[in-house]
Formats: sequence, structure tokens, C-alpha cells
Amino acid sequence: MDFSNFLLMRHEIILLAITLLLIVAEVFIPQNKKPSIVHLAILLFGIHTIIGFLPATDGNLFGGMFRTNGLIHLFKNVLNVGVLILLLQSADWLQEKIVRQNKGTEFFILLFSSLLGMYFMISSGDFLMFYLGLELSTLPVAALAAYETANRKSSEAGVKLILSSALASGVSLFGISMLYATSGSIYFNDIIQMITSTDLTILGMILFFAGLAFKISLVPFHFWTADVYEGAPISIASFLSVISKGAAVFILMILLFTVLKPLMHVWENIIYVVAVLTMFIGNLFALRQQNMKRFLAFSSIAQAGFILLGLIAGSQLGTATVVYFVLIYVFSNLAAFGVVQAISLQTGKENINDYEGLYRTNPNLSLVMMLALFSLAGIPPVAGFFGKFFLFTAAASQGYYVLVFLAVVNVTISLYYYLLVVRAMFLRKSDNPIPFFKNKIYMRLGLLITVLGILVLGLYSPLYDYIYELSGIFN
Amino acid sequence: MNFVNIILIPLVPLAVFLLLGIFNQKIKPSVSGYIGVAGLLVSTLLSLNTAYQYFFVNGKADGVYQTFVEKTVWMNFTDTLAIDMGVQIDPISVMMLLVVSIVSLMVHIYSRGYMKGDDGYTKFFAFLSLFSFSMYGLVLATNLFQIYIFWELVGVSSYLLIGYYYTKPSAVSAAKKAFIVTRFADLGFLIGILIMGFYTGTYDFETLNNPEGSAILNWASTSFMGLSVLTWALILIFIGGAGKSAMFPLHIWLPDAMEGPTPVSALIHAATMVVAGVFLVARLFPMFYFVEEGFALNIVAYVGAFSSLFAAIIAITQTDIKRVLAFSTMSQLGYMMLALGVSGYEGHEGLGYMASMFHLFTHAMFKALLFLCAGSVIHAVHSNYLKDMGGLRKYMPITNITFLIAALAIAGVPPFAGFFSKDEILVAAFEHNKLIYFVGVFVAGLTAFYMFRIYFGIFWGKDTKYEHKPHESPISMTFPLLFLALLSIIGGFIPFSEFVTADKAGFEAHLNYPLAAIAVGVGLIGIALAWIFYKKENDLANKMVNFFGPVYQWTSDKFYFDEIYLFITKKILFDRVSAPIAKFDKKYVDGTMVGIGNKTVLTSEKIKGMQSGKVQDYAFAFIAGVVIIALVFIYLWTD
Repeated sequence: MDFSNFLLMRHEIILLAITLLLIVAEVFIPQNKKPSIVHLAILLFGIHTIIGFLPATDGNLFGGMFRTNGLIHLFKNVLNVGVLILLLQSADWLQEKIVRQNKGTEFFILLFSSLLGMYFMISSGDFLMFYLGLELSTLPVAALAAYETANRKSSEAGVKLILSSALASGVSLFGISMLYATSGSIYFNDIIQMITSTDLTILGMILFFAGLAFKISLVPFHFWTADVYEGAPISIASFLSVISKGAAVFILMILLFTVLKPLMHVWENIIYVVAVLTMFIGNLFALRQQNMKRFLAFSSIAQAGFILLGLIAGSQLGTATVVYFVLIYVFSNLAAFGVVQAISLQTGKENINDYEGLYRTNPNLSLVMMLALFSLAGIPPVAGFFGKFFLFTAAASQGYYVLVFLAVVNVTISLYYYLLVVRAMFLRKSDNPIPFFKNKIYMRLGLLITVLGILVLGLYSPLYDYIYELSGIFN
Repeated sequence: MNFVNIILIPLVPLAVFLLLGIFNQKIKPSVSGYIGVAGLLVSTLLSLNTAYQYFFVNGKADGVYQTFVEKTVWMNFTDTLAIDMGVQIDPISVMMLLVVSIVSLMVHIYSRGYMKGDDGYTKFFAFLSLFSFSMYGLVLATNLFQIYIFWELVGVSSYLLIGYYYTKPSAVSAAKKAFIVTRFADLGFLIGILIMGFYTGTYDFETLNNPEGSAILNWASTSFMGLSVLTWALILIFIGGAGKSAMFPLHIWLPDAMEGPTPVSALIHAATMVVAGVFLVARLFPMFYFVEEGFALNIVAYVGAFSSLFAAIIAITQTDIKRVLAFSTMSQLGYMMLALGVSGYEGHEGLGYMASMFHLFTHAMFKALLFLCAGSVIHAVHSNYLKDMGGLRKYMPITNITFLIAALAIAGVPPFAGFFSKDEILVAAFEHNKLIYFVGVFVAGLTAFYMFRIYFGIFWGKDTKYEHKPHESPISMTFPLLFLALLSIIGGFIPFSEFVTADKAGFEAHLNYPLAAIAVGVGLIGIALAWIFYKKENDLANKMVNFFGPVYQWTSDKFYFDEIYLFITKKILFDRVSAPIAKFDKKYVDGTMVGIGNKTVLTSEKIKGMQSGKVQDYAFAFIAGVVIIALVFIYLWTD
């Protein structure tokens, strides 16, 4: 093995280095300078994100346990961009934490470890690496969910997340062991050769699927979502709904389209049923929510249902549309969570009716929120429309007209509740509106990037062409 | 063709929107009005220039109008399906440019007076510009995908404008209703587009519409439930068009949308956005006509005819003048649809197509005029209801005359514009489908009746005591009235059949005198009935006698006649026919849509208990989910 091979895993190495550096910094930076760790972390991660976009080569490492190619590289870049925006939006909150409670550095260490787990999970070439990545990506987040130790709800969120995810990964591991039992290997390349449609492999696949479905919060594996989002700090809810979900979608897609391709006649039906359930349940619950975080939790469940439409198409087109949609979803959802974060930080208010009359006092924030919600609802010409339209086209191209119809019905339902928030902000008056406030520079930058993404991504077609080209590897 | 000029037409209003939107607080209201008008003026001049160049200078080759397309590939969606962005210039898009420009410019000018002193004056002009931009984009679109984007943008700007009076709860709920109902219809449109794209391999209008192209020639190659897949796609696309153009049963948003400011109603709900559905069918007309021998086109014809009749009957009972105009719009849109539905393709066969576009054009002028007159009246008396009006002709002479011109035009009295276009529609219907022809003639009578009912109710009728003496509107409002009145008078003399036809070749259309006489006769009967009815209702006998002297003498056995008339109109037409239909509309058609919404909310309430907050329950659901999925997919659903 020659040294340059390590370049194949430069994402992982750099991120690990940053994490270690931060641990050292935590020890050596004096107490009164601690808040500057936030600047350091953002700077380092920003550099890491930029380096990620340098061209990369394809290849395998460690006898095939770790593999990378253009598409996987793109996945990691998408996650990086999301995390960077998230860090910008969390910066003010973290600095306050560091000053007041003398904690903060562990936030970065845990968050980066989780991201590292996702890298390994996406790049995995066998089930062992996959499982290690899965666990590494989940466990730190449970600690982060309980980050606000003084808040009972936050601790509750942490406990709920750790218990639920322990169950999910247990079930998933059980499924993996069945796949191993029938094929005699844990390497994806070997399993593809051996896998046949027997009852045991199908059961194994379903159990394995449940584990990832938990992370994507597909119905009926979604119950933890709302409680955890509500209790956890907003940054972590945002991380769970965007980054963690995105990573799980990517690896699920890779596995379904490669290792489990021979079982497509089974999983396409499973995905069909789960997609319909997820869209409807997510939307119906979202209708009734009063708390913004719970509202966004159910909205993100419904969005996951739409993503499945691209998975079911199972082709180059399906892959491209899923990646494209996730990318747009990252920007839209982070914009929404960013506004919630900004308002919560200033006023502590998190309910939809607290937002009444927001347009009069904070027009810019409400415009960002409106763009984000329009994008989530899929109204042209913002990016979310293109994402949804392409997903539907992918499903329709495989003849799933009924599914597309149900999805479009759900788009209309979702429009109703997204408009509820828009109405509260723009059309309602309030006796006690959120007063005007000015955001700090990091938050403004974080929101600005999301707004640009929402406005530009849909119209900038070379991006789609690029994704479509990369997606060809599954054919 | 000079495409730079054409692309500027939508871009100028967009620039105005961005300017007014971003510097909302910094621009003085008086200035923002001028900016809005100036922007639209530029677009209007460019549109006029384009129309002149296209129709008279370089549009024709071998006697046929050419289609000019300037586009770039925006995205290669798959290896075989590309999506373009561009502009398309052909007779109907140029005609629509004129319609949108003229009406939008007039509405901009009018709004400077009408919205004066309003809180969000600048915001209003920003929204108007956004709407104009979207509408221009819609008519210039070169493919289904592009038209859908602008289609939705038009919907968004209409949502913003209907909900403009956001302090009024009814306006807000109307805005929401309009948005959601049309979105519901757009479901059909969207799925139709998806199917169309995948079976024909293109979204391009030019390729799709080519009568010798593979899309049209191969329609029979795929079928689904007994019909060609393309027929299904066209029906679904028509559902989208029916939503925007307020065809039964997707019309329920239109009457409520009258909550918006009246200039908005004139622009969006009379002249431009609501005709988008008609435009869409016209845009895909060769497909509608050739695929499966026009199966989808027949649906268009019958839906149009039914909506036209249904709305005309309801219009009789309404007491809010804007609602009368709203139902009238729906009825006239039905007229345009039915004209498309009975049309053929080549030469004189395509009379219906040409008549529909002609009516679209003339209707835009006189219906916008009617709405602006109504706005002028509402501005003066501060009420939408007929009961608060009467005798206004003394106070508002210009509004009176222009309203009368528009009413005569819509009633189809020669030589006003509506007479010519309506006559062509009836001739086309007569040649192709007698049933639809009779519906059309009957609707013509009803139209004249309800329109003169409100005309007499507003300007004649009882001499209402006004708290503030009403006065004529300022020049900024009366100028658009006079200008549109002029177009409503002369618009009918445009030889439309030489410019806008299905096969783009042009033919000579002649008046069909017997049919024209019947239509005019029916219209005059409607007007006469309205006059008699409103004379009896109010103490205006003497004035009426003076005004309608000879006709009055002719019906001098009035006592008897009135009794019969009252019996027929009051007891039968009102109580037995119109009122139940209006009630049906409110209760069932509207009710079903609202019901679906309520059910959704209710279901969501019921399943709330599933989310208990206990981790044990969640784990149980998780395991149960896995077990059920495993059982189902291992034992039951195996294929």
C-alpha cells in the first residue's frame, strides 16, 4: 500500500485531525479565551469543506472495506456543506454556552465524530464497516441531544434517542447476520454474487432496512422523531433532520441499488408501502403541531416519504433525483431551522403562534422562513419545486402513476400547513409580537447561504447535469 | 424576429418588482406608482412593436404565420429528455402579449387612483409587476415544463394579491382557497406533464403540436383503460386548465377571490390569469384535435358548455356586483372553452379556435372594463351590494356610459366587440354540435339579462339616499375606463380570422346573418326583460318610459305581462331553478372541497393519540412494524 492511497480517505483523515486538534485546543486555550474555539472550529471546518471539493480519484482500501468514487465523494461534500451551515447557525448559541456554562468544545468533538461515522458508513465496502459507521454516527448524537443538561426535556430526548437507536441497530445487526448466514460473506461485492431470493434473505433485508428506516424516520419507525426534536437543542434537531437523514438516505440508496438489487422485486413493494404511509402520517401529524420544532419534525418525516419515490425508480434517473432532492432539502430545512434557532436564541419562543406578526417586526427573517417553507412545499420557482418535480418524474418513468398521484395529493396537504406558518407571519397581527432584533454575523451568513441555495440551486442546471452524470455508476 | 426586445417584455416588470420589493420602505408611494406604470408602459410598447413586426412585417411565409422559437437547453434531464427555456412567438402568444399588456397597463394606471392612501401602496405595485412578469412568462413559454413554472408563479402572485387586504379574514381565507383549489387542479396538470414527457420524449410545444410529428401520429401505440395514454395526459392537463379558468366543479375559488382589490379582479380574474386555461388548451390544440379523434377535445366542449350555463344561471341571483361579474367571467370562459371544443383544424373548419381566441381578446377588454367600472362604483358608494346602489348615472356619467358600452358588448349587441366574437362562436357551434349551439344561445340571453339587471340596478333604479354624495372618480381611474370602452367598441372590427387561426394560414370569416339575428334577438330579449323587471321593482316607471318609449308602448299591456313575467322569473327561474343551483353550488360543490379539507384535519386529530411519548410504545410499534412488513412481504405479497 502506497502512501498516496490515503488520499482516497482524505475526508476522514482531515476531519479526524480537526477533531483531535480541537481536543488539544480545549486543553491548552485559557478559560477566558474559550469562546474563540468556535471561530477556530468554524475556520477549520470551512477549510475542510473547501478541500473536499478538490477532485478525487476512485478506489478501494483495506481489502475492499473502504471504497470511494465520484458519487460517494459528492455525498460527503453535501454533508459537509450542511454541517458548515449548521455550525454557522449554531455559533452564537455555542459561544453563549461556553461563556455561561463552560462547555462547548465537546459539541464539536461529538458532532465531528458523528460526521466521521457517516463518512465511513457511506464509504463502507462491507457490513462490518457499515455497522461501525452507523454506530459512530448515532451514539455521539444521543449525547448531544442531552446537551442541555439543565433542561429535563433535553435529557429525555437523549434517553429516548439512545434507547430507540439501540433497538434499531440491534434489529439491523440481526438482519445483517441473516444476510451473512445466507451468503457466507460480509463483503458487498461477494454478497451480490451469492444473494438469492429466499425467505431468510428477505427477512434479513427487512430487518436491516428497519435500522436505516429508523435513521431516516420512515413510518412506522419514526416515533422517536418528534419527541427528540422537541427536546434536543435546535442545532441537534437540525442535524438529525438534515445531515443524519441525508447520510442514511445515501447509504440506503447505495445498498439497495447494488447489494440488494437482486431483491428489487421485493423491496420496491416495501418502499412503495412505506412511502405512502410516511407521506400521509407525516403530513397528517404536521397539520396539528403548535411547536415549531415538532412541526418541522413531522414535515421532515413527510419529506423523507417523497425521497422514497426516487429510490423506487431504482435507476440512474432515480439516483440523480434523490441526490438532487437531498441537496435542496439540506438548504431548505436548514433555512427553516436557522430561523427557529435565531428566534429561540433571542426570545426563547418556539411556537407557531409566537410567530404572528413577525413580518412587521422582522421582515428579513420572515422572508427567509417563507422561502424555506415554499421550497419545502415545492412551489416554483424556488429549488424545492425542481427537487420534487424530478423525483415524481423518476417515479412516473417507471410507471408508478398511482404513487405519484398520492404524492401529489400529499404535496397539496403539506401546502396547507406550510401556509399556516406563512399566514401567521405575514397576515396575522399580534399584540405581543417578537420584537425586532439583529442577528450576529455568523447567523446571518448561515441564513444567507441557505437563501442563495434555495434561489439558485433549482435554476442552475449544470449542477443537475453533473449529478446525473455521476449517478451513472449504478447502471 | 428581434428576440432581445421580446425577452425584455417580461424582464422589465421583473426588474420593477425587484426594485419595489427590495426598496419597499425607501421609495415614496407616489414614486412607486409611476415606476410601476412606466415599467408596464415599456413592456406594452415592446409588445405592440412585436405584434406589428410579427403580423405585418416578417411573420408570414407562403401565407402561413411562422412559429419563431428562441431557446437554449436548460437541463438534460435524462439522456433522451431535455428541458429547454426560451420564448415562442406565434399568433396566439403575440395576441396574449397584447391582451396582458393593455389590460395590465390600464390596471396599473387605474390603481394609482384606486389604491391612493393605502398602507401598502408600494407592495401592491410590486405584486402587480410580479404578476405581469409571470403572465408574460406563461404566454411566451416554449414547453410544458416552462409553462408550468410560470403557471404556479401566476398562482403565487394571485395568492398575494387576493390576500392583499390581510386585515380582512375573508380576504385571507379566499386567498388560501384560491391557492389550494387551483393547486389541487394543478395535480392533474403536473401528472399530465409527466406522462406526456415520458410517452413522447419531449415537452416542446412545437414538437408535440406538429401534425406530422411522432407524438401525434403514434397516439394509438399505447393505451390505458381503453384510451390512449396521450388522451389521459391531455385530460389531466385540461384539469389544470379548468382549475385556473374556473370550470365546473373547480370554479369555487373564483367568486371568493373577489375579496381582493377590484383592480386585481379586473386584471387577474377577468382578463389574464383566468384565461390561462383557455390559452393552455389552445396552445396544445393540435394535440387535442388529432389524438384519438379529439376525444379530450369533446370533454373540453361539454365542460365548457355546462360551466357556461351553470354560471350564467347563478349570476342572476347574486346581489354583490363583483360576484355577478365573477360568475359572468366563468360563464364567458365556458364559452371560449366550448368554442375550442367544437373547432376543427384546417381553414374555415378551425372557426371555433379562431372565435375562441377572438372572444378571449374582446372579453378581456370589456370584462376588465366592467370590473374597473364596478371598482369605480364601489369606490364611490363604499359597498359591493346592489341594495346600496341606484340612480348613480347622475353622479357618475363617465362610469355610467362606459359600463353601458361594456354591458352592450358582453350582451352581444352590434356593433360592439362582443357581438362579433360571440357570433363566430355560435356559428362554429352551430356547424358542429347543435346541442352546444342551443346552450350557447340560451346563455347569450341569460348574459344580457343579468348584466342589464345590475346595470339598471346600479345606475338607474331607486334613488338611494347616500350619506356622502357620490362623485365621479379621478382622471387616473376614468382614463382607463374610456380607453377600454373605445377598445370594446372597435375591437370587433379586427379581422381576427386573418391573424389567429388553428393552422395559422388565415381565412375569410363572414357574418352569418340568420344566426347573428337570432343571437342579437335573444340578447335584446334579455335586456328587455331586465328592463321590465327592474322598472317594476322600483318606482322608476316614468323615467323608464321616457328612456325606452317605443318599447314600453309595445308592452303596454303591462299588468298582465308583468304578472306572467314575475311568475316566470320570480317563482320559476329564481326559486325553482337559479336559487337551488346556487345553493347546490354553495353546499355540495364548495362543500365537498371544504369537506375534504375538514376530513383531513379530523383524521389528523384522531391519530394524534398514536404519539404517546412513551419509549415502550415506540419500541412496540417499531417491532410490530418490522414483523408486519416481514409477514406481508414474505408470505402474502410475493411476486
